[in-house]
Amino acid sequence: MKIGILCSLIRKEEKLLFDEFHRRSIDYIRLDDREIILDLHQRRWDFDVILERSINHSRALHTLKYLNDCGVKTVNTYEVANTCGDKLLTSLALIRDGVPTPKVYVAYTPEAALQAIEQLGYPVVLKPAVGSWGRLLSKVNDRDAAEALLEHKETLGSYHHSIYYIQEYVEKRGRDIRSFVVGDETICAIYRTSQHWITNTARGGIASNCPVTPGLNDLSVRAAKAVGGGVVAIDIFETPDGLMVNEVNYTMEFRNSIDTTGVDIPAEVVDYVIEVGRR
Amino acid sequence: MALCTECEAEITLDASTEVGEIIQCPDCGRDLEVISVHPPELAPAPEEEEDWGE
Repeated sequence: MKIGILCSLIRKEEKLLFDEFHRRSIDYIRLDDREIILDLHQRRWDFDVILERSINHSRALHTLKYLNDCGVKTVNTYEVANTCGDKLLTSLALIRDGVPTPKVYVAYTPEAALQAIEQLGYPVVLKPAVGSWGRLLSKVNDRDAAEALLEHKETLGSYHHSIYYIQEYVEKRGRDIRSFVVGDETICAIYRTSQHWITNTARGGIASNCPVTPGLNDLSVRAAKAVGGGVVAIDIFETPDGLMVNEVNYTMEFRNSIDTTGVDIPAEVVDYVIEVGRR
Repeated sequence: MALCTECEAEITLDASTEVGEIIQCPDCGRDLEVISVHPPELAPAPEEEEDWGE
């Protein structure tokens, strides 16, 4: 089986995946997105499967589209990357499939955004539609903050920042859940605990094991399927009304979740990649 | 042995180091990208871009 791994900078996760392939004596070819040249007229790619692990969303997205169009199987697919890489598209997919998710408004001008914020009610969270690691999230507590933030976004941001993704603020009581889905199964989950309202482990959230209940498994797999399935990490809020899916990540980071959960996540991912390659 | 591009500290790479990995200079704290393992060679790590993430 010929396996490729699309990547550039090597995080701990990529090293763990490389190690797992080495441990099984499975060869793979690294495709560095900084060196790759895609001849769009060349449609033959001699790979059984390519695992996408690029740190750049836009490079991953375009390369996956090209590879999938050429008939190359990828983990994950272009469809999944496209949906998960844009919070607006993720929300639409979750809502379409009836997966509980916080209320979201989208607006394209500061005036409309302010109106949407006031309709939703303070506090709200403004997020860039494309972005990760909790970067540039804003909790807006009142109209003064809303006006200032919208003016800053319009003046200082690129046009992407004028797509106003406005989410109701969900009180997390200091933690949320991240579950890891591989194929049809939630393989493990962690609580991410922080005194800050942003609980990403990239921002200092502390990971601890979260038991995978049937309800958590069901919600996670439904969210994964809504975005197209594969290997994804689901961010989930615990609310008085039940679990709610916040976001879905398609190039998931898991360095803090292996010892925490006792689940060999890289091994599960490699199993899945091989399974896809054999289909 | 490679040199930090910032402070010229001598840095020894672990046997498991991969090309493309980001390491931190133990002396000055600068993030460095491993651009070659044999021979060891380091470059300043790229700045985080807007679409980086998971």
